[in-house]
Amino acid sequence: MNQSSSDWPLWEVFVRSRQGLSHKHVGSLHAADAGMAISNARDVYTRRQEGVSIWVLPADAISASSPADKDILFDPANDKVYRHASFYDLPDEVKNM
Amino acid sequence: MTKDEHFEWLLWLADDALILAQRLSEWCGHAPVLEEDIALSNIALDLIGQSRAFYAHAGQLEGLGRDEDQLAFFRTDRDFRNLLLVEQPNGDFGDTIARQFFFDQFALLRFTHLAQQSFDTEVAAIATKALKEVRYHAAHSAEWMIRLGDGTEESHQRIQESVNRLWEYTGECFEPNSFQTAAEKANVLPHAESAHKEWLATITSILSQATLSVPNGTWMQKGGRQGGHSEHLSYILAEMQVLPRTYPDAQW
Repeated sequence: MNQSSSDWPLWEVFVRSRQGLSHKHVGSLHAADAGMAISNARDVYTRRQEGVSIWVLPADAISASSPADKDILFDPANDKVYRHASFYDLPDEVKNM
Repeated sequence: MTKDEHFEWLLWLADDALILAQRLSEWCGHAPVLEEDIALSNIALDLIGQSRAFYAHAGQLEGLGRDEDQLAFFRTDRDFRNLLLVEQPNGDFGDTIARQFFFDQFALLRFTHLAQQSFDTEVAAIATKALKEVRYHAAHSAEWMIRLGDGTEESHQRIQESVNRLWEYTGECFEPNSFQTAAEKANVLPHAESAHKEWLATITSILSQATLSVPNGTWMQKGGRQGGHSEHLSYILAEMQVLPRTYPDAQW
């Protein structure tokens, strides 16, 4: 694709697939503004009935954790099994836990 | 309305959609940006869906055993009834958008009317479903007209040229002819003259938002509804029909 696509800012796209579920990150795309981003997201990510709602946000508005901080951020949770909510019997009615 | 007249305007609906879809699909893999590539292909697929429904219905009405494929692939250019507008070459992106803009606003008026009429309930059902697609198409092309018109100096100039170039093909959408009159009498198609006015008002409003001027030319091309097409249609059909004509019983 040519120059113009790199002139447009990058947007991250979140799609809610059904009522009651949360929006999920599905990918990214280029667009000149938020309106075009939603319209492009509709065409690129929901054309096979994937969604009921779309969020887009400028990729540069996202602050991400650094891979270098992986150890200090995530390792401490690994060895504390007692903090995991995995010892409860879930009723069948709870579908999305 | 006679059966012939009924069949005729069903072909208008189907042929407009199919030929424009075939044109738009030429962009697949070639559009300026990936996102727009997919958007144009989506629109093409919507239009193919509409044309299939209208062909199937027309074939049943005709009662000669022709199905949608036979109507799409085994008629020659003289039999096609589409507007000259939809067979015009893609040109640059601006030409494609201007063509789409003129057509979408026309289709919006037509489908809104078709969805409400009770002469042909099958068509009303198809139109009700298609109207959602057409509304999206119309929003998409209008949005682009405004972006390009009110964009850079170059985009403004080029989209204005596209508008001027295609203007002479817009009159045919509202051409009074015997089939149109029959369809108006049955209240199945919108009245050509008042639809033309309504169309012009919308076009004028969007073009003014886009800082573009409405061409003042009044001479209009015609002939598509009578099967008199530009040379472009034969090339479109040659490409579109070659496979089913070479292998008539080919199965997907």
